[in-house]
Parts: sequence; structure tokens; C-alpha cells
Amino acid sequence: MTTTSESRVPKLRVEDLEVTFDVGRGRKLHAVDGVSFHVDEGETLGLVGESGSGKSTTGMAVLRLAEPTSGRVYLGDTEVTGLRSRQLRPLRKRMQIVFQDPYSSLDPSMTIGQQLDEPLKVHTSLSKAERRARVDEALDTVKLSRRYTSRYPNEFSGGQRQRIAIARAMILDPELVVCDEPVSALDVSTQSQIVNLLLGIQEQSRTSFLFIAHDLAVVRLVSARTAVMYLGQLVETGPSARVYDAPAHPYTAALNSAIPIPDPDRQRTRDRIVLGGDQPSPLTPPSGCRFRTRCPFAMEVCAEEAPPQYPIDGGGYAACHLHTHGPQLRGASVLPLIHGDHLTTPLVSR
Amino acid sequence: MTTASKQAPLLQVEDLTVQFPTPDGLITVVDRVSFTLDANRVLCIVGESGSGKSVTALSLVGLVQSRGGRISAGSVRFAGEELVGRAEKSLNTVRGRDIGFIFQEPMSSLNPAFTVGDQIAEVVRRHRKASRRHAWARAVEMLDRVGIASAAQRAKDYPHHFSGGMRQRVMIALALACDPKLLIADEPTTALDVTIQARTLELLKTLQREQDMGVLFITHDLGVVADIADDVVVMYASQVVEQAPVRELFRRPQHPYTAGLLAAMPQSALENNTPLVGIPGVVPQPHRLPSGCRFHPRCAHAQPGRCTTDPIQLRLLDRGLVRCVRAEELRDPSAAQAEPAPIEGVTAQ
Repeated sequence: MTTTSESRVPKLRVEDLEVTFDVGRGRKLHAVDGVSFHVDEGETLGLVGESGSGKSTTGMAVLRLAEPTSGRVYLGDTEVTGLRSRQLRPLRKRMQIVFQDPYSSLDPSMTIGQQLDEPLKVHTSLSKAERRARVDEALDTVKLSRRYTSRYPNEFSGGQRQRIAIARAMILDPELVVCDEPVSALDVSTQSQIVNLLLGIQEQSRTSFLFIAHDLAVVRLVSARTAVMYLGQLVETGPSARVYDAPAHPYTAALNSAIPIPDPDRQRTRDRIVLGGDQPSPLTPPSGCRFRTRCPFAMEVCAEEAPPQYPIDGGGYAACHLHTHGPQLRGASVLPLIHGDHLTTPLVSR
Repeated sequence: MTTASKQAPLLQVEDLTVQFPTPDGLITVVDRVSFTLDANRVLCIVGESGSGKSVTALSLVGLVQSRGGRISAGSVRFAGEELVGRAEKSLNTVRGRDIGFIFQEPMSSLNPAFTVGDQIAEVVRRHRKASRRHAWARAVEMLDRVGIASAAQRAKDYPHHFSGGMRQRVMIALALACDPKLLIADEPTTALDVTIQARTLELLKTLQREQDMGVLFITHDLGVVADIADDVVVMYASQVVEQAPVRELFRRPQHPYTAGLLAAMPQSALENNTPLVGIPGVVPQPHRLPSGCRFHPRCAHAQPGRCTTDPIQLRLLDRGLVRCVRAEELRDPSAAQAEPAPIEGVTAQ
């Protein structure tokens, strides 16, 4: 199990994280811009957003696989951001990653047994027999047959490969695992298997998970808390049920209503926020609130000031002026506004 | 068009069979697939990867040959006219004019070296024999209709100037520029973000109504099916396993695979407040198909003998078709729940 740590101290703390990429000609791209959150021991935080939201870069920066420009990341008592690259090595044992594409994240020239053994060889002093036992155990955890150790990745389906990738991430009993879109490339039937597998692993281990995905429904299923990103910033955080059922930011509501309900009658009659416009370039983000160019409730203040994080009924925060201006929601859900007269641009609903 | 086209369905596919040569021998990727699509209807073919849904769509207009495939049997009649066996040249006049296409990845379907306006105008000129000026005007009109702001200006831009969602709109403009009677859309929203997908589906629905098109829509997502389909064909391991009008299919799926796909959706689990139910095992490889019902190794209701020996026929049941011998019995929920689910995840390929 994990090393000794105070259960009151969050396992992962991210403070004012910024990741900037130099894109030439003196231009800078703020992929992640002032993001703060924490993940408790044994907790799963879902980080949801669309392409270009900075969610994956955030995950990479937490692991120092992308270099943070500023801000701090703590794993337990260790400040990850302060370490030199040589000092990072022992940390690799404590934090792991599962990538989206199980086809490219496994080494095609190594057997499954070798790939699972490798981290044990590098990071532990276990004997060969002990390592072998750990490999078998890891395969049990992900419900794969122990006979598979001598096989190569190309003999497995996408879902099976993702099980192997999860086994490899879990084999050192890490404190934190970043899952970057782990089920997005999988078919529905396989996706549900992997989601259930992750749920089982969460129950049995003290490992903390940062679960990054674009699918709010998947995030809702696997995460106790959810954080929503848009254009490099957190727009809403809170308990997953609250974020999903009573979103307090219009973007969260739009994201939610964009997921089709598998019921033709309800899907075709429900009120939906269908967003206009495209996501602006992160090179030239809009002034004030970054979502305002696509927001059906945008007000004057939204162009002038960046909205502060406002505490929401039922837990969490949302960065939206609607809580203090216009309808003055004061921490309530934005959903009733769909029927109200606060719309500043027409809502596409049918 | 012949006079037969007045009564004939827009698209009638019968026993379509497509094979590909592989090192393991000839494999059948589409196995006697039949369906009918009428004008002004949306037919969704839904299935997971490897089900044969995309190959079905591509083979309809002779686009599998270049990929090594071959239609070995069956018939594809478009407005009463047979397409199978037609020469490439004659198919070319149908493709792009009477039948439009949208693919998953718009960037690979657009030519990066030409402006989007030129590409749309070129199709209009070729198929409609329009003048340069009229073709360009049509291109601008189409870009405007798919919601590209300042279309006259944007028509002069190259594909890489557009975002992913905008490129898919350009693709739609290109596919619909010649007023096709049939649109074939192969996973057109899969590569898009969900908010962009929602908008693209709205656009497709609007254009479908305005242009009285028949749409054949290929997708893996039953949520998208619920949003857009009139009729649904479910494919598994190269075969049709169920076909039904959309409401019937969702209200009462008759095939255990369809029911399994529905239960495996995160939205279903959240809507019904139930745990997510996975379908155990993996899709079989086309050269290693199980005997009997192809779904039986993954089916919680499979019975030895009945489901595992002889091939199962597609048959009429209520308002649809189903390929399951136990479909009637499984309607009784007590019978369906009595059986234990197979052990998850231990099935080797």
C-alpha cells in the first residue's frame, strides 16, 4: 500500500498551474492558465473538457511530462515542480499514467510479462520469483489470464491492451495514476468493461486517480468530483452528481446537453443548449470570460472582467458572472435559465 | 433515370456480400446484408468496430475495390438501377451527383492544395455542367447554408484555415452541392467534440428535411441513433442482427446484443441509476467466427445446442427483423434475468 501520509493532506495539490508553449514569432500559447485543484487519497477527480481545453496538458504537467511554466504541484509532501530531472526518477514509482491509445503505449517488441516486469526491475529490489508473483497478481487485478505473459501486444484487442496498460500503471502500487482518455478509443461494449474495471480498482486500492476525459457521462460514472475545463481554465468544479444534475456554468450545461440520451422521444423533445461559434484560438483568448463568445447568456460584464470562482449550492465552484450579475444566481444551477428571459442569443432547442 | 425509379425505393440492398483477401484466406466482411431506404428517411447502421458497417456503406458505390475488397454477391439498386457490376466511369457520374458522401475525417477528403470554394465549384461544374461563375456562386451558397459566416470570403480559404467542426461543415457543403437524393455519412461526427457534434447533427437534420434526401448514416453511437434515425440496422460480426424503426428498437430491443449495447452506455446507467453493464469478451475476428449465433460466446442467454450449432437466420418479428432464436422468450423479464452472466474479460481472441 501507499507510503505513510496524513489523510487530511490531499494526495495531489495543484496550485495556479500554468503551461505556456512558445509557438514561434514571439507568440505564446497558454495551454493551461491558472488551474488549481486537489485530489484526496483514494479519490478520483474527473477532469473534463473538449479538445484544446488544456485537460491533457494539465495531466502531463502534473507528472512533469510537460514542463509547467509556473505554479506548484505537490504529491503528498513532495513538491513535484521543484525537482530536477534526476530527482524525478523515484517519483515515477509514485505516479503513473494510462494513455488513450493502447496501441501505441505498449512496446510491440516486448512480451506482456516483460512489460509488466520492467517497472519492478527498475524500481524495486524484488527477487525474480517475487516479481513473477507481482506480475501474476497484476494480471488478476485487470482480469486477464496469467497465461498471457508470454504473448505480444499485437495478439490482443484494444480493450485487452488497455487492461495491460492499467496493470502496468498499477503494478508499483502508485499513489497517483493519471488516466488520459483511457476509454475514448474503445468500443462501447469494451469501454463499459474498462470503466467497471477501474471502479473495482478504485474500491480496492488507496490510489488517487486524475481521470481525464471529454465524455461527461463517463466522468460522472467514475469520479466522485468533477472539474470542467474550457480554453485552459477551470470553469466549474464540484461533486460529480451536482455538476451533472445541476450545472452552475453554462458551458457545463451545454456539454451535458450535447450528450445524446439513448431514448428517441426524450432526445428529440428535450431542451438543449446547442453552442454557436467555434472555440476561439488559445493564442488570442477573448477578454473577460473566455466562454462569452459562445455563451447564450453573455452580458456586458463578461467582456470586461474575468469571472471569479463563486461557491455553488451543493458543493464546488463556478467561474461565471451569472452568479453575481444579471439573474444573480448566487450559487444556483443555470438550468432554469434555459426557459427564462436571460438569453442574449437565441437557444437552439427542439 | 428509368420510369421504374418512380415506384422503386431510393436504395435497395439485397444480400450484399463483400469479401477481402487476407493472409488467412478470403474473409467475408459483409455477409448477406439487406435493407431498404426510402426517400426522405434516415437509416442508421449501428455497430462496433469490425462489424462491417463502414464497408457496407463504401461498397454501395464501388469504393471497396481500391481497398482490395470485392462484392461477391448481392445487389444494390439506387432508384431502381443496379449499381453492382457497373463500370467505374458510370459509377463516377452517380457518385457526387446523385449520391453524396461525408466521411469521419474531413481533412483526408478535402484537397489541401485548393480553396474550399474551388473544390465545391469543381464538383458542381463536373456534374451539373455549370459555368465557372455559376459553380462558384453555388459553392458560396452552400457554404452559407451550412452556417459558415462570411461565406463569400471564406470560400477563398484553404482547408487548413478551418477548424475540425468547420471542415466537417465544408464537407457537408461539398456533399450536398449537387442536391443528391442520397447522402451516405460514415461516422461524420465521431471525430468532433460533443458540442460540435450536436450542432452538426442539427445541421444535417435540417438539410435532410429541406432537400428531401434519404440519408444512410453509419455510427457506433446509439445516442446519435436516438437523435437522428427513422430506422435502424444493427450489425454484429458482418451480419445484420436486428432491424427496426427507431422507437421500437430503443423501447424493446429484440436482440441481446442490441440490449447489451444500450446497457453498456454510460448515459443508460446514469438515466436509470443502475450500474454500467458491460458486454463480456471481444468482437470475433472475421476469420475465426464462432459456430451458431455469432454473438453466443458473449451472450448471457446463449443455450448450448440451440444457439451454438447451426447458423441463425434473420427473421421477421413484430415490426422488425431479428437474428435470435430466443427473442420471444427473452421478452419475459423473469426468464431473461434467471441466467447468470458469463465471467467477464477472460475470453481470449
